[in-house]
Amino acid sequence: MSGKVYPRLYPCPLFFHALFPYSRRALSVELLMLQAVSLRCSRGERRLFSDLNVKVERGSLLAVVGENGSGKTSLLRIFSGLLPPEQGSVLWDGQDIHQLKELYSGQLTYIGHLNGIKDDLTPLENVTSSMSLAGEACSNNGAKEALEAIGLKRPIHHLPSKVLSQGQKRRVALARLWLSTRPLWLLDEPFTSLDTAATTVVTQRLHAHLHRGGLAVVVTHQEVALPSETVQRLNLTE
Amino acid sequence: MSGASMWEAIGGIVRRDLLLAMRRRSDAAMSVFFLVIVVSLFPLGVGPEPAVLRTIGPGVLWVAALLACLLSLGRVFTADYLDGVLEQMVLIPQPLAVLVVAKVLGHWLISGLPVVLLSPLLGLQFGLSGESLGVLVMSLLLGTPTLSMIGAIGAALVLGVRGSGLLVALLVLPLYVPILIFGAGAVTSSMAGIGGEANLSLLGACLVLSLFLAPWATAAAVRIALE
Repeated sequence: MSGKVYPRLYPCPLFFHALFPYSRRALSVELLMLQAVSLRCSRGERRLFSDLNVKVERGSLLAVVGENGSGKTSLLRIFSGLLPPEQGSVLWDGQDIHQLKELYSGQLTYIGHLNGIKDDLTPLENVTSSMSLAGEACSNNGAKEALEAIGLKRPIHHLPSKVLSQGQKRRVALARLWLSTRPLWLLDEPFTSLDTAATTVVTQRLHAHLHRGGLAVVVTHQEVALPSETVQRLNLTE
Repeated sequence: MSGASMWEAIGGIVRRDLLLAMRRRSDAAMSVFFLVIVVSLFPLGVGPEPAVLRTIGPGVLWVAALLACLLSLGRVFTADYLDGVLEQMVLIPQPLAVLVVAKVLGHWLISGLPVVLLSPLLGLQFGLSGESLGVLVMSLLLGTPTLSMIGAIGAALVLGVRGSGLLVALLVLPLYVPILIFGAGAVTSSMAGIGGEANLSLLGACLVLSLFLAPWATAAAVRIALE
């Protein structure tokens, strides 16, 4: 993977920058394509899906829908590399992700159904520590702006995360999206326990990400309110 | 991946673990208090005969240090596994073994280093001489990181298993036997006047071997746990 920084590929209207300052940052990858080739996955005895082929290109979002237990989360974990597929492979720019290993991890931001935040740390510490873990260290101010962008006011930034509500914890986890410069976002039910205002903000953020040439795979059973030409639906129940 | 970013990742994980330990001081202090109490019980139970205490001292201190390490193994991965932080850590753009080394280093700093620092004081209770106290500290300094390294394999293997505390003891204690023999042996032989160097060298060899092999074994176990 080359480290070249490309200039922004798509012209954004000016107001867009005012709304989403991070969309100005260019993504540092060349082609950007995530491809699943004849994937098969079973959990225990049950076959969840087989011969699954799907392609996500830059600027588009794959919405994975399906009944509970249809393998949505498993598919996302296969995409992240956490779960090796039983058969088939996941290709990033034509290369198997299990060969790319850390190079691939450096391309993605994964937010699972667990929030991945520490109850004993404050939201601010959670954001800065998880960003620096991910190798995208951010300043305290950057983290504060991200938390505010997702609707967590300043007094909350310094409370221990254990006193927050479910929705607030989810927001802390999702605040990373405002700081991430990674081209591929893998989100597992990002809208769970979010209120409508936060859902709108996250959707806007997703839109900005796609607009600057990013990719996203989102597991959800809600409709994602994004322009239909950018959204590709994959129903695992069918 | 460049070396600098690898050290950054290790530093980041260790700093975060230390910060978390500071927020939960009582948890971290528990294994140290356990060590102090267990070691102090022996003179009370066995009686104040100096010769007897001096004979059993090295063994008691080492067994207590080993059990204290065992008690704290649950903290290495379990909390991170339950709140999803481990998933995030596995997905950092670094080899998984690097993460393991960082977690083990954090574990040792929180539960191993205090044991090493307290050991001369506890050794005095058993009437160990100055020279043997020095050897005791050296043996623990070489031995406790090895205990943490080996323990991490067990801690990763039992992730997500109910009643994992006892299971990890069963898995890990047999592997601790050589460390215990060399560690206690170093102190005993220095008391006997033949010097503890041979045993200390063996402890050093164990440390190097575990540094080399344990991260990979642990990384494989973590991957399996997260599947």
